[in-house]
Formats: sequence, C-alpha cells, structure tokens
Amino acid sequence: MKPRSLLPSRWRSRWIRCSETLIEAWIRISGFSSVFLVLAILFFIFREAFPVLSRPGFSLTEFLGSVEWYPTSAQRVRYGALGLLVGTASVTGVSLLISVPAGLGAAIFLSEFCTGRTRETLKVVIELLAAIPSVVWGFIGLTVMSQVLRWATPAAVGVNLLNGALILSLMSLPVIVSLTEDALRSVPDAHREAAEALGATRWQLTWRVLLPGARHGILAAVLLGTGRAVGETMAVLMATGNAVNLPTSLLDPVRTLTANIAAELGEAPAGSEHYRVLFLTGVLLFGITLVINLLAEWLVRGGRKGR
Amino acid sequence: MNKPAESTNPFRETEAGARQRRLESRVRLALAGLTLLLILPLVAILVHLGVEAWPALRWSLLVESPRNGMRDGGLWPAFVGTLYLVGLSLVVATPVGVAAAVYLHEYARDSWVNRIIQMAVINLAGVPSIVHALFGLGAFVYGARLGYSVLAASLTLAVMTLPVIITSTRESLAAVPASFREACWNVGATRWQTLRAVVLPNALPGILTGVILQVSRAAGETAPILFTGAVFFKSVTPGDLFAYRLDEQCMALAMHLYTLSTQVPGVRPALPAATAVVLLGVVLLVNAAAILVRSRTRSHRRW
Repeated sequence: MKPRSLLPSRWRSRWIRCSETLIEAWIRISGFSSVFLVLAILFFIFREAFPVLSRPGFSLTEFLGSVEWYPTSAQRVRYGALGLLVGTASVTGVSLLISVPAGLGAAIFLSEFCTGRTRETLKVVIELLAAIPSVVWGFIGLTVMSQVLRWATPAAVGVNLLNGALILSLMSLPVIVSLTEDALRSVPDAHREAAEALGATRWQLTWRVLLPGARHGILAAVLLGTGRAVGETMAVLMATGNAVNLPTSLLDPVRTLTANIAAELGEAPAGSEHYRVLFLTGVLLFGITLVINLLAEWLVRGGRKGR
Repeated sequence: MNKPAESTNPFRETEAGARQRRLESRVRLALAGLTLLLILPLVAILVHLGVEAWPALRWSLLVESPRNGMRDGGLWPAFVGTLYLVGLSLVVATPVGVAAAVYLHEYARDSWVNRIIQMAVINLAGVPSIVHALFGLGAFVYGARLGYSVLAASLTLAVMTLPVIITSTRESLAAVPASFREACWNVGATRWQTLRAVVLPNALPGILTGVILQVSRAAGETAPILFTGAVFFKSVTPGDLFAYRLDEQCMALAMHLYTLSTQVPGVRPALPAATAVVLLGVVLLVNAAAILVRSRTRSHRRW
C-alpha cells in the first residue's frame, strides 16, 4: 500500500523542501549563538561601563592601584579596586592550596586505585557535590563553617578569608577531580601496558607515566577550578565577611570582586558613576576568566596535539 | 636436602619488591584518606543541615506563604517562582542549545569555524554568574526594556545554562556511530531526514540528561536573578500555580534562602535551614533523575 498524503505530491515535496530549509537555517543560526552571546556579553557590559572612563573624577590608575573603595562617601568618592582584586586573589589562592592536592589525590584514587562499585559510587557522589547550589554553600559557610572556625581558631568572627577559601575549595573540588580523572584516562593504554609489562607498581605507573603524560590536562583542570573559584559569587558573598581591606592573616575578613558587585549593585542607581564602576569591575572579571579559560583550552589542545 | 633452599624459590619476594609493596599500600591508604576527606565534610554538613531544619520541615512549609515579615510560614511563592524561572529558561535554552550542538557536530565542517564556536561555548560556560547578571541587567532589563521581570530573569538564566545543553547534546551526538548516518545517507535520505530519523532518536537520552542538568543548574542560581527579576517578597495566593505574570517580579527559592539568612533579622535558625534543605532536595532529585536516565541508556544501548 502506498502512503497517502492530503497534499498532491508536487506540493508535498515542495513543503518538505521548504520546511527542511527553514530547520537547517535555524540550526545554522543557533550554531553561532554562543559566539554571538559571548560578543553580546562583552558589548553590553562595556556599554554600561565605558562612559565612566571619561568622567573627570575617575582615574584608571586609582581604580587599579588604590585600596580606597568609598563609592558612597560624602566628602570624596573613591573607587580603588585593588583591595577587591587582592581579596579575590587571596581567597582563590588559599582555596587552591587545599583543593589542588586533595583533588589530584582523589582523582588518582578514583581512576587508578579503585574499581567497580566503589568507583561508580564515588563518581556519583562527586557529581552530586558539584550540583549543590552556591547559595547553599554560602549558607553553610555562614552557619556551620563559621561556628567551626570560631571554635577551632582565635578568630572573633567566623566569616573570613579562611571560611571563604574552605567553602570555595569544596566547590571547586568536583571540577578538578572530574577533569583530572578525564586527563588520566586519556593517557593512551599502550603507555599503561608498557609500564605494567616492565613490572611497574600502580604507584610507579601513576607517578612516572600517567602524571607526566596527563600534565596538560591536569593543569587545565586546575585552571578551570581556578576560574570557578574566581567567578563564584553567592558563596563568597556570604562566607568572607565583606570588608574591603588587604588581608594580613587568614582570619581577616575580605571582599572579592564578585561579592562586591552583588552587594552594591542593588544600591547603585542605574547610570550613576557607582553603577558604571561596578560594570567596570565586571569587565575586569570577564577579562580574568576569559584569559584563564583560553589558557586551559589551549593547554588541552596542545596536550592532544603533542601526542 | 629435599626442602628447596630459600634463595632458589623464584617466587620469593625480593627486598626491593617488599619495599615497593609497602609503599604501594601506604600510597593507596593516603589517597583513600584524601578522597574520604572530600566526602566526610559533605556528609557531616548535610546531616547537620537536616537536624537543624527538622523542626521546620512540615508539609505546610511547601504550601503556605511567608508571614510575619518572612519569619513564619512557608515557601509557596518562592517555589512557584523557581518553577516559572526554570521552565521559561528551559523553553528558551533547549531549542537553541540542541540546534547549536547539532550544527557543531553534524554541519560545521571548517575546522576553524568549529574551533571558534567551541571556544565561545567554553568561555560562555566560564563567565562568572555575576557577570551574567550584569549582562542581563544591561541587555534585557534596560536594553530590551523588559524591566525587572520574570522574563528578563529567565532569559538571563537561559543564556547562562546554554553551554550545559550544548556540551551534553554534543557528547550524545558523538556517541551515535557514524555508520548509522552513512547507512541512512546511502538509502537517499537528506541530512535533516537522517538527523530526524536516526541521529536524534538515538541521542535523545543524552540530550535529556543535558536538559535535566540545565534545570538543576537554573534552579540553584542566585546571582543572575538577583538584579534581573527576583524580589524579596511578593504576596500570592498559596496553592496558586499561576501566581505570576511574565512582566512582573517573582520570588525564587535560592533568592529566598539568601534573603532569609542575611537580610531578615530575628529568623529562627530552623527556617533558613529548612529552605536550604528544600532547595537542596529539589536540585539533588533532579540530578538523580539525570544519573538514572544515563545509567538506564547505558545498559539498554544496542550497539
């Protein structure tokens, strides 16, 4: 039996061709959506930030070189973002000190030292760890972690640099673990087998063959973990104490670039100088994460090409 | 005489071998310890949250409105608001994301075009959430004159979660063997017919996983909706599913947790903890669904 259609066959084939063209056009347009969106993000945050650069009271050297952040001062408004930059750098740095060793260790354990059910369970746990929303992490920092820190350290307030760094390290761990594991897996089996044939133990194999072989991928994993930590907003907003200063100890409160935007954008009237300076710190953040991501991508690609 | 001398036994462990074995077991123990270090705090924190939240975890928490300056009552408006935001962002991001992945994997042949798109996806995924908020404010709230609204907030969320869908769809397309496509082309099907009849049905579970992960990500995000459409408090009828219009602001679970724990003085500690547990429950359930879909397809795969 021939398939029947309501339309005459000539019309039908034209309809098919027409709809196909439309769908393919949609696919092609969507294909470039991400490129378009990245450019749009750049355009819109620049558009809001740009006018401030030509304001008389604003200087870029003060913005990048001063720690005096007084956006609502009655005498003289000052926008020195150095304190925020240092805040971001210190929280990220301390969190990496914790998350990189722990993440690498966990990834090696996952991919080389355990099998079957344990491995699957651990992977699921890590995936769920990655799914916890940042505001919940922030809440944990604010309530649980701050109590722990007040009990364990001489800090007067529990929300400080160390608290933020601990929370951030827990947040970036899943990224580092899963990407490092991927990197270890992507070392060719031939290398593995060659080492095993020579009588290498698991640890010798890991230390002498897998880690050097996967170093690009591991570095990329660390970079992407860094990117996640730099860009994290809600958790650091709630856990770091939010005081703009140069931290001298682990127990000082700090404020990061991201937390600063989240804390102040609500009070800055649209189009005001303060509002535009906040967009400028957004441009700064965008730039930092762009460099980190491109570097990671370049490393992964280079690692693949070198093989 | 009839006992072999120790030194002639070829299977006897040498001194160096024993050292290696001891080192190996120590390393294994240390690595297992590191992994436990990763998991134990998580378990401790979750248990603590559960215990803290227990006095407030009642059914009424879900179906009532906040009362008494948010110090009492439930989460209904926030819950519905999150449904609105997630649903709308899903409707926007899925068609674009899936089509983008199809283009990337099935259409784009020039390697440099492919590479540029690839880099854009990676960077879009890496843009901090607060920068997405700035973009949403500049582009949707002021640029497109949508105002602070459900629409602006969900569009911002859609932009933010697009890479999740693109990446997972692309991976599931890559898992469909090339021979399937070739077989279909050989019987005279066009590219779109091949996609619709062979590639997309086979990639569907993977696409579904991506969409589910997008839901989980969108439900938990706070920063992007903070300045684009979420509001501290809005009074709606409890139990009303159609509580908001698209051009007005709404409450959201994640935002509500932030507000409760930092902006409202004198809240009993059980209430924000219970909000955190509800949010966490939603997100983890959704993720568990994704894991289930994936493991089911893995065991049912026919090739």
